[in-house]
Amino acid sequence: MDNIVGKKSTLTWAVHISMGLLVALWLFPTIGLFVSSFRTADQIATSGWWSSLSTQERQVPAIRVEGAEQQIDGRFVIEGRLFEATNAVISAWGTSSREPEAYAPDQVVELEGGATLSVAADGAYVLSSPATTEGTRLPRIFSSAATPPEFTTENYRAILFDPRNVDGMAKAFFNTLTVTIPATIIPILVAAFAAYALAWMDFPGRALLIAAIVGLLVVPLQLALIPLLKLHNEIGIGKGYLGVWLAHTGFGLPLAIYLLRNYMVGLPRDIIECAKVDGASDFQIFIKIILPLSFPALASFAIFQFLWTWNDLLVALVFLLDSSGETTVMTKQIVELLGTRGGNWEVLATAAFISIAVPLCVFFAMQKYLVRGLLAGSVK
Amino acid sequence: MNPALQGLITIIIGVGGCIGYFYFSNLFLDKVLFPARGPHAGRNITRANMIRPWLFLAPALLALSIYLAYPVVETLRLSLTQRVAGGGYVFVGADNYRAMFKEPKFWEALNNNLLWLIVVPAASTAFGLLAAQLSDRIRWGNLAKSLIFMPMAISFVGAAVIWKLVYDTRPVDQEQIGILNAVWLAFQGGPLSFVFLKLLPIAMMLAFSALVAWVGWLFVRPMLGGEGKVAAATIPLRVLVGVAGLWLIWLSLRSSVTLIGADLPYGVPQTWLTIPFWNSFFLMIVLVWIQTGFAMVILSAALRGVPEDTIEAAIIDGANPFQIFFKIKIPQIMGTIVVVWTTITIVVLKVFDIVFAMSNGQWETQVLANYMYDKLFRANDWGIGSASAMIIMLLVTPILIWNVYNARKEMR
Repeated sequence: MDNIVGKKSTLTWAVHISMGLLVALWLFPTIGLFVSSFRTADQIATSGWWSSLSTQERQVPAIRVEGAEQQIDGRFVIEGRLFEATNAVISAWGTSSREPEAYAPDQVVELEGGATLSVAADGAYVLSSPATTEGTRLPRIFSSAATPPEFTTENYRAILFDPRNVDGMAKAFFNTLTVTIPATIIPILVAAFAAYALAWMDFPGRALLIAAIVGLLVVPLQLALIPLLKLHNEIGIGKGYLGVWLAHTGFGLPLAIYLLRNYMVGLPRDIIECAKVDGASDFQIFIKIILPLSFPALASFAIFQFLWTWNDLLVALVFLLDSSGETTVMTKQIVELLGTRGGNWEVLATAAFISIAVPLCVFFAMQKYLVRGLLAGSVK
Repeated sequence: MNPALQGLITIIIGVGGCIGYFYFSNLFLDKVLFPARGPHAGRNITRANMIRPWLFLAPALLALSIYLAYPVVETLRLSLTQRVAGGGYVFVGADNYRAMFKEPKFWEALNNNLLWLIVVPAASTAFGLLAAQLSDRIRWGNLAKSLIFMPMAISFVGAAVIWKLVYDTRPVDQEQIGILNAVWLAFQGGPLSFVFLKLLPIAMMLAFSALVAWVGWLFVRPMLGGEGKVAAATIPLRVLVGVAGLWLIWLSLRSSVTLIGADLPYGVPQTWLTIPFWNSFFLMIVLVWIQTGFAMVILSAALRGVPEDTIEAAIIDGANPFQIFFKIKIPQIMGTIVVVWTTITIVVLKVFDIVFAMSNGQWETQVLANYMYDKLFRANDWGIGSASAMIIMLLVTPILIWNVYNARKEMR
């Protein structure tokens, strides 16, 4: 045991290794998505993300010779490149699918009709023919190329900054932000006052109210969908931002009140009594003493509510999204992309990572408060 | 109007309105309604102090009752009625429930949900406990913890995308880009495959059934002992644990036997999410991946709270690290384990996004929450939709009562 002086456990190495494995297992899926979002569509489709750092030898699909014909020394010549990327190296090439690796780079090959074709290692090809090739079927080139690792930010540019892209996330990003911020701030204030009353004011029925709030903590919000949608339609809110803000406020309140009350009860009684003796009203005590002292609890709840509203899909589906699609949020957009672009991982990975990035930043910046809130918030 | 601007205005109106309400209502109470002056100053102060708590509580109570309490009642009512063509509702009694119980999709959802309810909390708590115990003993433990905790910040939808990439399938002649299939194709049916894909899982399942048997025995033994010390209230719980334990043992033993005889399709890429029964587990992994961090954080705090002297006493008595963990630490944090377990249970009951985004209930992966969404917004059948929502509520109720009971006990 390592808590006995001078004696080191033989288990220490086992602990290090198993913890390392566990962390790797937990991190691996996210890293996969992150790496994929920086790879080109071509690379994602042909190799796993774990091999993205190594040079890949692969067969390039057949490419047909094309380009403008020039007349040089009485021969008709077409010059071109097999691919845009300049860093790929061709190891072998061929002109039929049966023998895709028949020739070496720079080898000049006789084709039928006296034409010659050569492909250089960097993908440049020259087709030279004694007669014009116009109107005839030009040969196809099969090749095996080694592509060095290649990363690009093009995916992010296309998804975030290209206004013509129908899969773009820019609008959804701002919509999510529009949903999130009011839905985070408003319940805090409402809950703080209620929590103060439940923590420091004496009135009949207080214990009952606290019990009711503990009970409401676990009521599944699935129950609320239809009755509230009906209510929203009846009072004219319909589907829209106002409805979703109100819904998030309502659903977030039990946790907010519970967290804040638990924290406020723990504040020293002396401070509050001193202030009362000095003639402060409850309102003043709340604003000037309780609120500043409760900052850690307020921060905890704010993070919870932020993560929850940012990541939410169900409430947005029910209370926000109408058929116009103008108010789509990121989670909904991603679900749609999963349906329509299921195989295009460069689009999916990038879109998902954009929506994950903000909560992750918040998480790593304010982890301390999140942990504190979790510890206070789980009903003991 | 630009929604961002609308949002800003809402924040201002909302925050300003709240502060204004609290400020002016207090001012009104103190200065106009019951001024602390004049002949009845004393009586007025008392009265104002009786009303003030309700001023503080009013907005929250209003929101809570409209957004959480009223829907419970209203959903119950809707589940007993049916919409008629011209608008309005007729009372149909238990018809909706009867219709729902006849649907095979409902039973599939309920079965799957029960499986989720057992597997996800158990696996998350176990992994969380493991991570908490291991990370407390090493120097880079805090870093490790925050990395395992990280998935908590990721949305269910984001997690669904992440794991879809893991489970991705390509045709046989192409290179696999999903890591699970890449690993799967590495097995060719040789002796190593036998060890990793048959022996190891069977050993794990047998160990699991042994653990279940032990826990079940702990719960059931006091009833059989005849010492008369068992509290009557705990008997249903004990019986439930016993029955669930027997079912789990049967399930894992049966799977072990099937696995021995199974002819695994080596060398063929699998579409993991379409394999019936097992695909639910592939979805559960996503939730376990998210919830483990939560379990770890809470349990790690509880483990640190275990008094040093009990551990030292055990060391002096010659206990080894495993004995210290299982016989000293675990019993002392049992209360916290129960809390973690119930909290994750609630999350499981509400799980919707993962199934919605990954399989949408196809290939026998339906769960109650997604079934309900299907009924409400695709089939537009509010009666059955509400009835299934009530089933979710029914499943939550024991935990609700238990939480309220504990909270009241703690307050006294």
